[in-house]
Amino acid sequence: MTRRSYDIVIVGSGAGGGTVAQELSPLCREGVRIAVLEKGPKLRDEEFTGRELEMAQALYEDSGGFLTAEQTMTLAFGCAYGGSTAVYTGTSLLPPQRILERWNVPQLAIADVEQRARKFAEENNVHFLEDSLINENNRLFVEGCRGLNYRVQQFPVNLKGCRGSSLCNLGCPNQAKQGTNRVQLPRAESNGVEVITRCEVLRIGEKTIFARVHAKPAGGKGEPSSWETGDYQIDAQVIVVCAGAVNSPALLMRSGLARKLSRLGHGFTCHPAIIMVAEHNRAITNFVGHPKSFYLDQFAESDRFLLETCMYFPFITAKAMAGFGKEHSRFMQAFARLQMILVLACDEVSAHNRVIIDGAGRTSVHYRFTPEVMRGLVQGSITSAKIFFAAGAVRVHLPVAQFPTIERAESERLDQIAEHPDFKPGKLSISAAHLQGGCAMGSGPRDSVTDAYGRVHGIPWLFVADSSLFPNSLEINPYLTIMALADRVAETIRKEARTLL
Amino acid sequence: MTVLSSVRPIFRAVVSTVVPEASQLDEQGWAELEALVEAALRDRPPAMQRQLRLFLWMIQWLGVFRYGRGFTFLNADRRTRLLFLLQDHRIELIRCGFWGLRTLAFLGFYGRAEAVQVIGYAADPRGWGVPR
Repeated sequence: MTRRSYDIVIVGSGAGGGTVAQELSPLCREGVRIAVLEKGPKLRDEEFTGRELEMAQALYEDSGGFLTAEQTMTLAFGCAYGGSTAVYTGTSLLPPQRILERWNVPQLAIADVEQRARKFAEENNVHFLEDSLINENNRLFVEGCRGLNYRVQQFPVNLKGCRGSSLCNLGCPNQAKQGTNRVQLPRAESNGVEVITRCEVLRIGEKTIFARVHAKPAGGKGEPSSWETGDYQIDAQVIVVCAGAVNSPALLMRSGLARKLSRLGHGFTCHPAIIMVAEHNRAITNFVGHPKSFYLDQFAESDRFLLETCMYFPFITAKAMAGFGKEHSRFMQAFARLQMILVLACDEVSAHNRVIIDGAGRTSVHYRFTPEVMRGLVQGSITSAKIFFAAGAVRVHLPVAQFPTIERAESERLDQIAEHPDFKPGKLSISAAHLQGGCAMGSGPRDSVTDAYGRVHGIPWLFVADSSLFPNSLEINPYLTIMALADRVAETIRKEARTLL
Repeated sequence: MTVLSSVRPIFRAVVSTVVPEASQLDEQGWAELEALVEAALRDRPPAMQRQLRLFLWMIQWLGVFRYGRGFTFLNADRRTRLLFLLQDHRIELIRCGFWGLRTLAFLGFYGRAEAVQVIGYAADPRGWGVPR
């Protein structure tokens, strides 16, 4: 085993890890040695081809199909330089005040979080996409919503030089998305932070990390790691865990901390989502242009769902639709005429839903759909169908119906279906990409894993800085909030550098 | 030996039922489809690979119990009916098993460049810059 030594080691390079790396990087000028350990690869710009299967394999954990223990939902999270910021659509919303109030974390001032989120919005060029770059898939959503008097809103997005490839979720081939892979990590590296890719952290000991560097697989994408393949013991005065809501709690469990921290892994939420598809009688611009420009959140409080525009790729679309056979194929063959909406349920913390590890240390996510989540997904699907028809769709694919194809002339059936939905876990394709909780902030070890500054209770040198800090669902796209919380963690470490390092 | 080698005829019969256009594939098309599925299964645990084979054999025998002939010998209507039974089964584990199988069928079929072209999907890194 090779031994290395740093002052600060950051585990993960996504919205949390990238932010912490950038914000601590000025310390490098004072001689502080900082490393980021990233499990995934760093791809060269020309390797972002937009081809569905190869990019999913290169950029996501389990190719984006990480199955829950119940096998009724897949979780999509990035595993690459930049973490999930390499594969999101760049939608950038400020944390909602009502949610932060509900979290009620002592010393987590709402104004402070918002101010920091605004700082990163500015740094990442967050703005509204100009009207000429909005495609018909998005325009039809706006038209449908307005026709029904819904309060549709435009997403602010963190793009610079977007060419409208529509391939955001496969890693932007034009490097237009301002994720940590484009902004914070390169800045941190230029200030002296070392980023080691293909480096999987196995467990954490007393101020030390045990990690394994993997070889580049034959035919795989990305640069080889800057370290030799093999096992490492890395000593550090401060360790910041930013491996995401699945891997952060699992890593702390593998490190033997579940005995001290009874809430570790608990409180997992993820905005379970259904992809809705509708067919128009003419080709629309859908696979060109930014895929996610508008959203509808007016039902978040009352009916517990959000709607967002979206555009997915052939395999994901086929998987997302219910059923199979001729009806299914008919929608697929109409790909150029398809409009899509993503329905996300606003799930709440529930006792069953949590991250655990098995006897061999393998990570497992337990998640059951509560009646509220099922209701939210059904209501969201029905509302989406109404929006599709209001926008002129000729037929809608409604996965929560026994017979999913609903012709325009049958649209009055929608409310009946809402009364008697066919919601069978394991039959429906449900996926989630907003993974949150597992190392929640709070007041003490009885109700949480860390304090309001991400410091693990009782371990002054160990911090968490990612979406696992959320005590409950954020109910919006989470990345600016993650960056704001990670900024607080970095500031705490900077302030205490003399005693910690 | 690959994951599918012992169950290839059953797998092909299931894929052709899930995506009817697959029945038009030539041997090269099938090879491409199966290579994508094998690649997706390569990193999955051996237990999952065994479950997949077991599930496919269960489908074959279900045909015998229900219609007196193995799944691969049934006509398209009967195959479809049988798979719908699995999709809607009251036991969640069976529904999940079928969901996994249909996902592999879609992955193999729509993961091919030719299928993408046929359905008219033409996303391009150049985005708005592509003349359409």
